[in-house]
Amino acid sequence: MRHLLSAGDLSRDEANLILDTAEEMRSLADRPIKKLPALRGRTVVNLFFEDSTRTRISFEAAAKRLSADVINFSAKGSSVSKGESLKDTALTLQAMGADGVVCRHGASGAPHLLATSGWMTGAVVNAGDGTHEHPTQALLDAFTMRRHLGSLDGRRITIVGDVLHSRVARSNVLLLATLGAEVTVVAPPTLLPVDMSRWPCTTSYDFDAVLAKSDAVMMLRVQRERMGDAYFPSAREYTRRYGLDVHRMAQLPENAIVMHPGPMNRGMEISAEVADSTRSVIVEQVTNGVAVRMAVLYLLLSGSNESTEEPPA
Amino acid sequence: MSPAPVPVPRTVLDASDISRALTRIAHEILERNRGADPVVLLGVPTRGVGLATRISERIAAVEGQSVPTGSLDVTMYRDDIGLKPARALEHTDIPPGGIDGKVVVLVDDVLFSGRTIRAALDAIGDIGRPKAVQLAVLVDRGHRELPIRADYVGKNLPTSLLERVTVNLTEYDGADAVLIADKTGAAV
Amino acid sequence: MTAYLITGAKIVGGEVADLLIDNEEIVAVGTGLQAPADAETIDATGLIALPGLVDLHTHLREPGREDAETVHTGTRAAAVGGFTAVFAMANTDPVADTAGVVEQVWRLGREAGYADVYPIGAVTVGRQGTQLAELGAMADSAARVRVFSDDGDCVWDAALMRRALEYVKAFGGTIAQHAQEPRLTKGAQMNEGALSGVLGLTGWPSVAEEAIIARDILLNHHVGSKLHICHLSTKGSVEIVRAAKRRGLDVTAEVTPHHLLLTEELAASYDPVYKVNPPLRTKEDVEAVREGLADGTIDIVATDHAPHPVEDKDCEWSAAAFGMIGLETALSVVQHAMVDTKLLTWADVADRMSYRPAAIGQASDHGRPLEAGAPANLVLVDPAAQRTIVPEQSTSLSRNTPFAGMTLPGQVVATFLRGTPTVRDGKPVR
Repeated sequence: MRHLLSAGDLSRDEANLILDTAEEMRSLADRPIKKLPALRGRTVVNLFFEDSTRTRISFEAAAKRLSADVINFSAKGSSVSKGESLKDTALTLQAMGADGVVCRHGASGAPHLLATSGWMTGAVVNAGDGTHEHPTQALLDAFTMRRHLGSLDGRRITIVGDVLHSRVARSNVLLLATLGAEVTVVAPPTLLPVDMSRWPCTTSYDFDAVLAKSDAVMMLRVQRERMGDAYFPSAREYTRRYGLDVHRMAQLPENAIVMHPGPMNRGMEISAEVADSTRSVIVEQVTNGVAVRMAVLYLLLSGSNESTEEPPA
Repeated sequence: MSPAPVPVPRTVLDASDISRALTRIAHEILERNRGADPVVLLGVPTRGVGLATRISERIAAVEGQSVPTGSLDVTMYRDDIGLKPARALEHTDIPPGGIDGKVVVLVDDVLFSGRTIRAALDAIGDIGRPKAVQLAVLVDRGHRELPIRADYVGKNLPTSLLERVTVNLTEYDGADAVLIADKTGAAV
Repeated sequence: MTAYLITGAKIVGGEVADLLIDNEEIVAVGTGLQAPADAETIDATGLIALPGLVDLHTHLREPGREDAETVHTGTRAAAVGGFTAVFAMANTDPVADTAGVVEQVWRLGREAGYADVYPIGAVTVGRQGTQLAELGAMADSAARVRVFSDDGDCVWDAALMRRALEYVKAFGGTIAQHAQEPRLTKGAQMNEGALSGVLGLTGWPSVAEEAIIARDILLNHHVGSKLHICHLSTKGSVEIVRAAKRRGLDVTAEVTPHHLLLTEELAASYDPVYKVNPPLRTKEDVEAVREGLADGTIDIVATDHAPHPVEDKDCEWSAAAFGMIGLETALSVVQHAMVDTKLLTWADVADRMSYRPAAIGQASDHGRPLEAGAPANLVLVDPAAQRTIVPEQSTSLSRNTPFAGMTLPGQVVATFLRGTPTVRDGKPVR
């Protein structure tokens, strides 16, 4: 594993290695000194072209707990917004000796470009790119589910909301399928890609029909602005058909959990009662995010950059 | 070309040797610390954990009281961490009472350069402040690179740098034995 | 002016014969021709002689984006690709929507001397899609514009498209439509389908092209003008055009070399060199456009040569410009996709890349059979050559070729424009 660009790039063994490593990282929270020396002397750059304080803080905490030097490079107020290209930014990071770059970008594929262009040699972690993927979110979701549900093999996970524009949904479907879960995505037809034949999941337009068959329900953030593009008629109608309220929650199996990648639109895709209920693991997702990101950074950055193969005799 | 003979490593400790050595170490730990009260055993994964468990069982048999036993992964504290590919972490399990004010006995299978133990000392420092740290090893093969020595040794085994010492334990390897081989795996 | 005796060429891929060129014309075609004393003899054994190729869809970028291409460099690249005439698209800066701009482009082409440049005029002022440009003035100018297009943007307003089609009847003009329903392709980045959903790139659905093609064919039938469809790219578009032609409706259509060969899968690399409008489609679409070109549903191959400077492609996919260069590789791609697969003969290639585009564009000096009396616009091709495409070796000012690293068959050895070689030994003469 050289970069983490797509949840689909992970084999089952690699995904489990990250999740198992994250378990060890999570125990750090119980210790007096919440710091490990694994990335001492390494530089991690948080390269955020999009505002996402939550994700940036999570990565920052993860890198710092591993003793890495952290540089936050956010596009707001920097030369990026004045037209400096991704390429020039990458060359700058290379010159600064970044060992790892955590990249959040509004354009799908931007982290992929950083990793493959040859502009820089550091490891690239995709922290969310456009409407493509957000693999560490999927890993922390899987981690959270695993803690509550045990092995995900055969578990039924339902993802509800704006799948079309959701990088969280893409990464989760790929990772959960790799881990053996049965994934169903639920959305109005307008918020699903027109052809989902390459997605390892089933689809449904009917939230109520899948509730009883869900070990976990993941609600996606739905932006009200989508109404303007006629993806759905009104927020009220969306909530009525696809929102998770206490009545729908009551239809879930007894031990099913409720998830949300945040930030939530309370009253839109999820009601406040559900978000704050005992079934909700939303706050825990945030805690687990740090452990999972520590695991990813550790596995990508702690070793030598050289290839693992023996030199020829 | 005739096929090379399959190298056979030589057994230096068999199952009963290992058993006697661990029993002796258990007694020495009790003697030195005047009983089991202050002692916490921390095995260094993988085989140090198995050895710590066995020592713990022997102490319990002698004293009628069990000592807190756990495991301590040192992977992230190693000084060669950036020189090799990233390694999977082993499990760290600190007993519920913690280690503050306790005598931590680190348990490992082979003491060689001393670098693993140095890493373990750093790891302990991040977890708490023990009263003392002691070291128990099944085999001390010499060639120290750091000022570290064991308090309890199953067997001192003079070796050359080219030789390989392997500790097999039933719970991981199917049988108890300490083996020595040259780098081809042949007995020496 | 030097006379040339070209010996032993396969004329349009058929009979082996000699060609004698003198005084801008083909003087004779036959065996055992006697060269005048001052003639230079070119041994063309093993080579195929084709009429000079005609590209109905080239972006020369001048005026405005001389950092990407100029009329000089673009026509030089055209000559290297075997073209003797190119139609220069109107999306320059300023837009070619007045007689002044089209005359400038036309004059720059004559000065360069590598290929005849036929400026295409914009349909609407500034290509804004709201008000007709002065089509008649461009038609009457020295550039004698006969093809009009807002290429890069669709003339999406049905009423405006109708009027444009009607208006150009007065001087026999053709409207070349960039078929892209704008509301269905807002923010579109690649073909909409299974892959776009996975890659998270906004989809450009086939129907956005097909709906406009169907509408415009019906509009054109209603008003009885001349409609040409630019860079048709989908199976559905082929079917619509085929059905229309079967019903006797008048329409012509083009396909680009890249849509004959490449598929959307390349977008998975997120390398913007594969970003183009219309987007690369599926394997099924590639098969359909090949079949359409073979059976004549699609009339011509046109390159949509779209040069871009490095910085417009060396960036994230969604920020990158649409387009690929193609003049220098067009014939090789057509040989690879159509001739080597036995879908077209070389005579068919002459038809799709010379006769018919010249006829659609009303370039009377071009697209003429290789016969005595015709203007000496011709190209000699070595079909047995194999070449690996190296972007840095392109004659075009730009490097954005999607064929980089591919090994393609065929090499243009020489190109003649009115009896004067513009390319010899595969290299531009000047």
